[in-house]
Formats: sequence, structure tokens, C-alpha cells
Amino acid sequence: MPRYLSLIRIEESDALSGGPSPELVQRMEKLMEEMTKAGVLLDTAGLTPTAQGTRVHYEGGQLSVTDGPFTESKEVIGGYSLLQAKDKAEAIEWTKRFLKAHEEYWTVTCEVRELMEG
Amino acid sequence: MEPQPTEALETVFRLESPRVIAGVARLVRDVGIAEELTQDALVAALEQWPRDGVPDNPGAWLMATARRRAVDLIRRRENYARKLAEIGRDLPTAAAPPEEPAGPDDIDDDLLRLVFTACHPVLSAEARIALTLRLLGGLTTPEIARAFLVPEPTVAQRIVRAKRTLATRNVAFEVPYGQDRAARLGSVLEVIYLIFNEGYAATAGDDWLRPALCEDALRLARVLCALMPKEPEVHGLAALLEFQASRTAARTGPGGAPVLLKDQNRRRWNRMLIARGITALDRAHTAGSGAPGPYALQAAIAACHATAFTYEETDWPRIATLYGLLAARAPSPVVELNRAVAVSMAEGPAPALILVDALAAEPALRDYHLLPSVRGDLLLRLGRVAEARTEFERAASLARNERERELLTRRARGTDG
Repeated sequence: MPRYLSLIRIEESDALSGGPSPELVQRMEKLMEEMTKAGVLLDTAGLTPTAQGTRVHYEGGQLSVTDGPFTESKEVIGGYSLLQAKDKAEAIEWTKRFLKAHEEYWTVTCEVRELMEG
Repeated sequence: MEPQPTEALETVFRLESPRVIAGVARLVRDVGIAEELTQDALVAALEQWPRDGVPDNPGAWLMATARRRAVDLIRRRENYARKLAEIGRDLPTAAAPPEEPAGPDDIDDDLLRLVFTACHPVLSAEARIALTLRLLGGLTTPEIARAFLVPEPTVAQRIVRAKRTLATRNVAFEVPYGQDRAARLGSVLEVIYLIFNEGYAATAGDDWLRPALCEDALRLARVLCALMPKEPEVHGLAALLEFQASRTAARTGPGGAPVLLKDQNRRRWNRMLIARGITALDRAHTAGSGAPGPYALQAAIAACHATAFTYEETDWPRIATLYGLLAARAPSPVVELNRAVAVSMAEGPAPALILVDALAAEPALRDYHLLPSVRGDLLLRLGRVAEARTEFERAASLARNERERELLTRRARGTDG
């Protein structure tokens, strides 16, 4: 059964303005429990703000290190979940449920990518 | 609501159907009828959803539709029973009135009831496997047939007969809590273990559905962990399967030939599955108050392998001890033979040979090629070359697999190892 990484891209300002509502947190906990019980959710986490992140870049044999925030990007990776599903359609179905748990004022993009196995 | 292609609907059905079947089975007390009613609800959805859009909570919609049909069915039966009584026949026992819609915890309980019913010991292992994959694993009958290399009508028959047996033997749709719980749980775990092994044995199959059985079993084991978090052996089995599955990529060579544990490239072992195995094994130990059960012990042995960077660095004394505990808990000549191998790695070939020789008269191992193979290996390490060759010849004559036979024949000629 393939594994899928869902990269959760958010507009960081959404998250910073007070963060997720208690209702969203509650719905999310319920969904996570359901996904764990279905044997689908292998791992998931939210990420701390990009202000605390660091980019380590390699180019032309040279390393460079830049501390966050990375202001040039409006959308940032806000979290991830690692799913094991029968096929991509199933991974996408769970991803839709994850997104639908959010209030309408959220803008979230999940990029679902299959892991290369073997 | 949003319109969706049929493929997406099928995905929703597959995800939701075990829970719907379980919820309806509690009403109608018959998994066969519950599956039919669920199927009816799916057909209704297939008609309505493409037209009206998928409801926000498709699972709840399917559950409500199937339950409505269950209630109709129960009423019709009650009417029928009443009519029969009116004309003076025996009145069959009326079905219980429908209960209130279930909350999330009730659905978990229903799912657990479905697990215990599908794996009821009144059914043969084959029937339990087919029913479990169909009702809980979301596999279709053709998929099960392909995975087990049997004709489709055979599987269909197995499922039909299994449902009939459950009905005629009046198997209660319930979670056992009494004296028979341990045996009933054993029956559930065995089914999952057998499904996994069927997939694991298909190392180089042409059909991906066979190896995929490992994933189906692993998923079922993870579901059980969430449903029965306090059962140590459920976590033990999950841990064992996570560890076994972690080696999948390393178990076969480029041409599909099996690679022995000692020759596997351990960098290809899946670290995430190993980590999950360790977590599950911890849970098995935390949940269990007494001595670990057979699955937890096998998982502990697998953990020794999974955490060793090389074959030589493996904690062989610990494995030998664990096999000793396993032999005491679930005695078997194969376990004893494995213990001998571990002892040979921990203490040397001489004490191991004593253990192996004690198995010589074991009828269960009479045609088991690994007995002379292990014995030959020990004799070789003790410098008794001629005797070792005789054992390898014997092992080669018993091997069922061509590749293994070649390897053993080479060893008998002394051109290998």
C-alpha cells in the first residue's frame, strides 16, 4: 500500500492571526483519531512559524544559510501528514476531509505526493 | 456539496462500508443481510450523489440510508410474523426494536463486533480470512481470489457459506468479554497473521495483489490497535508485522530470488516501519501485566534483528532467551530449531547441535529441509565436513523450492559456504 506525504501549505498570516480556533482544533483531533483508527494516518504535525526556520542552500558547491522568516513566499509549509492508503484516490479523499474541517476563511493547499518506495 | 466522478465515490464507499455494515449488523443481527443492505445504500448513493452532489458527511448519509432500510426490513418481518401467528403457525421470535442512532464510540464497538463475528472460530480459517478481507479490508471477491490464487467462484462460495454458517449457528453479533475472550481474540489475530503470511510468502509474484496482502494485514492490525488498545497481544501482532514489513525491499534480489536475513542489505530496511514496530512493542509491554504472549515474544525477536546494524552484531543471547520463552509459551519444533540457531550464534555450534539432535525424532520435522540444513551447518562449523555434506544432500532432497535446492546441492558438494 503506497504512502503519501501531504504537504500542507497555508498563508502564514492566517495562522499567525490568533491561530486555529478551538473548534477547528477539536474537529482536527476528531479527524486524526478517525484516521488513526482507520489505519491510514502514520504521522502528522504542524510546523512552527517560518520565523524560527532556517534554509540551508547548496549551489555551485557552496553552502549558504538563511534564517527565516522567508518573506518572499506568501504560502508556506505549515504542516504535513504521512498517510498510507490503498491508492491515491483514497489519500485525496482523506485530504479533502482534512481541508473541510477548516472554516471558510482559511486558504489551505495540500500537495499530495506519493513516496518512492523500495 | 460538489459533484464527483464515480471513482471518487467508489473510494468513499470502500472507506465507509465496514462501519456501515457493522452499524447495520447490530440492528439486523446478521452480517450477510447487513452487507446486502449496505450494498443497497451504495446503489442509492450511486444514483443520487452524481446528481445532487456528495453529502458533507458521506459516511453518515450511507449509515442513515442503510439503517432506514434495516428498519423497514425488520418491520416487514414483524408483520410477516404477526400474519403467520394470525393463521395459527408458530411465532418466530420478533427482532429487537431498532436502537437510537449510534455515536462514534458505538460505531467503534460495532466495528469490533464485526471483527469478532467475521473471525468466529465456528468458521474455517479460509472462511474467516475471506470474510474479514471482504467485510473489513474492503477487498472485492475477485481481488481476494487473485490474491489467494484460487478461482473466483471458490471465494464467493466461501463467503456465502460463511455467512450462512454464522446465521444457522446463531453466532451472536457481540464482543466476547467472558472466559472465551482469549480464544476468540486468538482467532482474530490468527486471521490477520495468516493474511500477512500469504502476502509475505509471495516474494516474487507477478501479481502485486499478493504482496499487497501484507499491507492489508498491517492496516487491519493497526485498526485493531486503535479498537483494543488494552490488549497486549494486539500490539504484539502489530509490532511483529511492522518489523516483518520493514524488510520487504531487502528480501528479494534483482531477479526476485529470496535473500536470506544474514545477507540482506540492512540499509534498505524501512526505518519508519521499524520505529512503528518498536512503539507497538512498547505498548504491548505496557498493556500487559503478565508474561508476554507469543506475538509479543516473536515481535521482540524481530526487534533484535531490526535494531542490529549487522547480522554479527545481533543480540543472539537475547534472541536465544526469547526463543526459550516462546518455546515454553507455545511449544513447537520449528521454534526449537530457531532457538538452536540462536544458541549456535550466541554460544557456538556444539551446544546447538545437542538441541538439534534432540529434534531428530520429531515427526513434524521429518520432511522439513531446514532441519538437516541447520544440522549440516553446525557440523561444518565443527569441522565434521563429511557428515555435513550428507546432511546438505538430505536437505536438498527435501527442499520444495528450486532455488533453495540449488543452494543446498552446492553446499553438499562443498563448493559453497
